[in-house]
Amino acid sequence: MPSVLEMPAIVAPARPAFATERVSMAVSVRNVTKEFGTGDNRARVLRGVDFDVNFGEMTLLVGPSGCGKTTLLSVIAGLLDPTSGGLSVLGENLNELSGSESILFRRKNLGFVFQQYNLLPALNAAENAAIPLLAAGVPRKRAVEQASSILVDLGLEQRLHALPNQLSGGQQQRVALARALVHEPRLIVCDEPTSALDHETGQAVMELLTKSAVRPDRAVIVVTHDSRVFDFADRIAHMDDGRIAKTERN
Amino acid sequence: MNFVALQMLWGDRAKYFGLIFAVAFSTFLMSHQSSIFAGVLNRTRSQIIDVPDANLWVMDPKTEYFDEVKALTDNDLYRVRGVQGIEWAEPLFKGQPRAKSFDGTFRVVIMMGVDDATLVGAPRTMVLGSIDDLRKPDAIIIDRPGYEFFFPHEPYALGKTLELNDRRATIVGIYNSSAPFTNLPVFYSRYSQAINFVGRERNLMSFVLAKAAPGVSDAEASRRIEAATGLRAETSSEFGWQTIWYYMHHTGIPLNFGITIAIALIVGTIVAGQTFYIFTLENLKQFGALKAIGVTNWRIAGMILLQAVTVGVMGFSIGIGMTAAFFESTKNILDLRGFTLLWQIAAGTGVTVLTIVILASLVSMRRVLVLEPAIVFRG
Repeated sequence: MPSVLEMPAIVAPARPAFATERVSMAVSVRNVTKEFGTGDNRARVLRGVDFDVNFGEMTLLVGPSGCGKTTLLSVIAGLLDPTSGGLSVLGENLNELSGSESILFRRKNLGFVFQQYNLLPALNAAENAAIPLLAAGVPRKRAVEQASSILVDLGLEQRLHALPNQLSGGQQQRVALARALVHEPRLIVCDEPTSALDHETGQAVMELLTKSAVRPDRAVIVVTHDSRVFDFADRIAHMDDGRIAKTERN
Repeated sequence: MNFVALQMLWGDRAKYFGLIFAVAFSTFLMSHQSSIFAGVLNRTRSQIIDVPDANLWVMDPKTEYFDEVKALTDNDLYRVRGVQGIEWAEPLFKGQPRAKSFDGTFRVVIMMGVDDATLVGAPRTMVLGSIDDLRKPDAIIIDRPGYEFFFPHEPYALGKTLELNDRRATIVGIYNSSAPFTNLPVFYSRYSQAINFVGRERNLMSFVLAKAAPGVSDAEASRRIEAATGLRAETSSEFGWQTIWYYMHHTGIPLNFGITIAIALIVGTIVAGQTFYIFTLENLKQFGALKAIGVTNWRIAGMILLQAVTVGVMGFSIGIGMTAAFFESTKNILDLRGFTLLWQIAAGTGVTVLTIVILASLVSMRRVLVLEPAIVFRG
């Protein structure tokens, strides 16, 4: 029997790209600034933001128009690079990722719910919801089946083959929500998800968001100026003039 | 994502069909006009093609193309025959007399005079009659368009007469000719007969037709003839192309057809490009969403290219089908004979269409590739 010294070394499996550590904080923003333009046209939209988002919580980012909510959301989502500051999303330092790494990270780990839904008008509900899986190379049939299952959970079993222009605003937003959930992301970012909806429909969407999206291993950030949805949040961060003015638990 | 790309394309029916129409129309114009252009130029060498026997044409060095010939002397025929490596050489005459039918209908015709003894150069594609009957007195062979001009609505029949230069000519044969450039009827007669039909000049022989002896290449035979006689000797193919190039350089034909083809190319590119760009602009938010979700720029570029190529293939198929259908439906019209869609033109049009759609998509592609995905967060 070979001695221990002759046995092959036990090597831990290589850490996969974008492996997310078991961290309690999904997002950690430290003194992040963001400027647009140059010279006299320079605009400082984020002025040193400190912001945390925990797993298992829905965090609202609220504030008046122009305070920088959407810009902060874009930075957290990796759609904009901060001018300065530290940013950790799901354990990854986004500043250190290359362009293609950032895209792959986003595709795997983030789900988006947009204000205007941004559904593709030529695809039906199931196909729209399946887009993140299609982008990841999942075969179409399987991707659509998986998306259909989520749409059924969201109450759209009768509308799987409907085109966006055949759906109501609330139904479209539910399709968008399904699209954000279908690939099991760990962070969901929502930009004004209820602003295009009436009160009742907005409430329904937020209930679904809370029920379907919030999980112990997932965080949800919602940018909104709609006070009607404040009751759904675990934490509310108030933003003003490019900074987090205060954060409160709900 | 290919599925997504194609669904985006098909989902906007108005623009989809607009794109296809633009490409199809452009394809049709380019291929149709190119084919007509090729057919028209090919007609300039019809009488050369219609001479199957000889592969060497000997002519005065100043002769530039088939339709204007400086006559050779009778001695030139014997000099060519005397060149080593030439199996045989026979005279060929070409003139343009006026022919008149019994009811007064007249037309300038092309009169070809072939060697009396051997009939070398006479056509082989006879519809009625035999070339051997050219040995009869006053005999001519007439092409089908010529017969139908002088005897409209009458069935093909031999023995009818025409008047040429106050002489009677009797039709002993009707043949299928390649359409000449000037669309004049083409008659054949014996050499001695033809020069009487046209009227005498000091020198009459237009060409000497020759054939290289076995073991001697056409190129070598040509070189020997030129060295020995000072005349120009060319193969049928060379002389045919020389005639084509003469018309290319000395007429407005290439320019006029070129302008039409260029217009088709430019209009096709502009319309396709414009429609593609509008299509992209209207879907900019959706493309932004795709980029935000994590679709790479390469993938999006591939999607746009797939859309462009799909439109290109469909439009090209329809356009080239229209061209082929046109020539198929007109192939039995006598005056339009010889016009066809060459595979080289179809292939060339295909390459051009591919270039058009790719160029058209590039502007759209650039717009999407520089798009900031954060735009989707701006409402």
